Amino acid sequence: MKLTLAQKLVARAAGRSSVTPGEIVTCKVDLAMMHDSGGPRRVKPMLERLGAKVWDPSKVVVITDHYVPTYDDESRKIIRIARDWVREAGIGNFYDEQGICHVVLPERGHLRPGMFAVGGDSHSPTGGAFAAYMFGVGATEMLGVLVTGEIWLKVPHTIAMDFSGKVSPGVSAKDIMLFLIGRFGLDGGQYQAVEYRGAAIRALPMQERMTLCNMTAELGGQTGLISSDQVTKDFLKLPNLEAWESDADAPVLAHHRFNASDLAPQVAAPHSPANTKAVTEFRDVKPTLAYIGACTGAKLEDLRMASLVLKGRRARMRLLVAPASLRDQKAAENEGTLKVLQDAGAEFLGLGCGICAGYGGNVLGEDVVAISSTARNFKGRMGAASSQVYLASPYTVAATAAAGRICDPRELLQ
Amino acid sequence: MKAWVLGDDIDTDVIVPGRTMKFGIEEIARHCLESVSPSFASSVGKGDFIVAGRNFGCGSSREQAPGALKYLGVAALVAESFAGLFYRNALNLGLAALVCVEAKRIRDGDRLELDFHNSSIADLTTGENLPFEPIPGHLMEMVRDGGLLPHLEKRLKCRTTS
Repeated sequence: MKLTLAQKLVARAAGRSSVTPGEIVTCKVDLAMMHDSGGPRRVKPMLERLGAKVWDPSKVVVITDHYVPTYDDESRKIIRIARDWVREAGIGNFYDEQGICHVVLPERGHLRPGMFAVGGDSHSPTGGAFAAYMFGVGATEMLGVLVTGEIWLKVPHTIAMDFSGKVSPGVSAKDIMLFLIGRFGLDGGQYQAVEYRGAAIRALPMQERMTLCNMTAELGGQTGLISSDQVTKDFLKLPNLEAWESDADAPVLAHHRFNASDLAPQVAAPHSPANTKAVTEFRDVKPTLAYIGACTGAKLEDLRMASLVLKGRRARMRLLVAPASLRDQKAAENEGTLKVLQDAGAEFLGLGCGICAGYGGNVLGEDVVAISSTARNFKGRMGAASSQVYLASPYTVAATAAAGRICDPRELLQ
Repeated sequence: MKAWVLGDDIDTDVIVPGRTMKFGIEEIARHCLESVSPSFASSVGKGDFIVAGRNFGCGSSREQAPGALKYLGVAALVAESFAGLFYRNALNLGLAALVCVEAKRIRDGDRLELDFHNSSIADLTTGENLPFEPIPGHLMEMVRDGGLLPHLEKRLKCRTTS
């Protein structure tokens, strides 16, 4: 029987030799990740009500990112609960103000090809970039995992997104995802497994692959997957390459083929990531704010893209940068990438989800028009309901900042 | 009771705004759906229904989205389809999420009655009966128990007494 990567990962976690799409299975969870918002403050009272303990504290990772830096009594209380709870529950894997959970988790070596993992956040499919089955759950479902170490799953079909060729200079994983979401809609993934394949995907560095799998959430897939290869091995510093991949000719629900070489930079207009067109369609839009932030838009690779465009240029609008992790921030500083952004006039925000989550500290004011490297532009998500957010790659956000209007980064990279 | 009809792709940021997430459910619920239906939170009645198009609840994992609807007394969610993560969250909270491919036949303000036994929705205003897909069998016991937390409570109690 030919199996997809998704089937292999689920079968392993279910203790089975194979599984069939559509059947309901119970999987053992190798890793449960939580952040400060949906994590300790929500699960602690429920665990207490049950009188239950965490099934295996060594398999739990807690990362603060939504309410850091703290800015008021409520956020301080939420972070305090997280800090106290990890101590009480004996959770050793605690990363406090180190960056955004989806970036910190693999950066600190918690993901391995072949794993089955859940995260208390919708962008948890990011873990699929490492050939791990990872998906988002809510707080009560997380409670179930913490108590039992298990979770039910309807074995997914696989939707293959196959990109031949190579993305052009100035085009990135974010453009691939905005294109796919525009093409297939917010429910195009049908809550199945979306597998990214082909020469253009293989050529992407790890953090770009993470951006693809991350935004599988906006495509409506349960998880996004990429088979493991040398790039995975090198990023995770694994001693050996553990090959996790779909069998050739394993049946899939759909196999969509594209040539990445044809892809132009994409922009999603307010208020949906599916509201996508080529960047050239938006030349007349003049944002007042450019934002480079979030797990899907401010990793080291993302900061490098922005700096390539902004080198020797000044931003003609407010440019805010919130690096996705402390390690990436330091690496960007050491290699001079941050200096380029600084010289272009960027203001830096603290480590964390920042404006993307819209949870407090910094949010968009009334009628602000922003261009942002984040994942979602739903109405009111990043602040006032009257704010207008255009989504684009770090290249395009940087080019827009430099041009004073939405700009094709390829014009500035020549 | 009465139907509150919404469109396609209603996302969790619209259902419960991010800026309210730091508060408890009572405060969050006051802002439920405010950007698309400003009167909803203040005038929704106990036993009313949300009726939506495709992909209801897309976006975030925030469980406060179904949580606020439940808190406000919504009896069930009826939609052409649900975002998978939201669907799991709703059932985990014991809030029925019912897939009805003909949900768009229901008009705002119609009076509805649910028949779980026959998996059908009676639209008392139009006289139509619309079938819904039954909640998956393996989740029915949990939904009957009122959600995952009371379900786990029952299971753990059984374990200690047996």
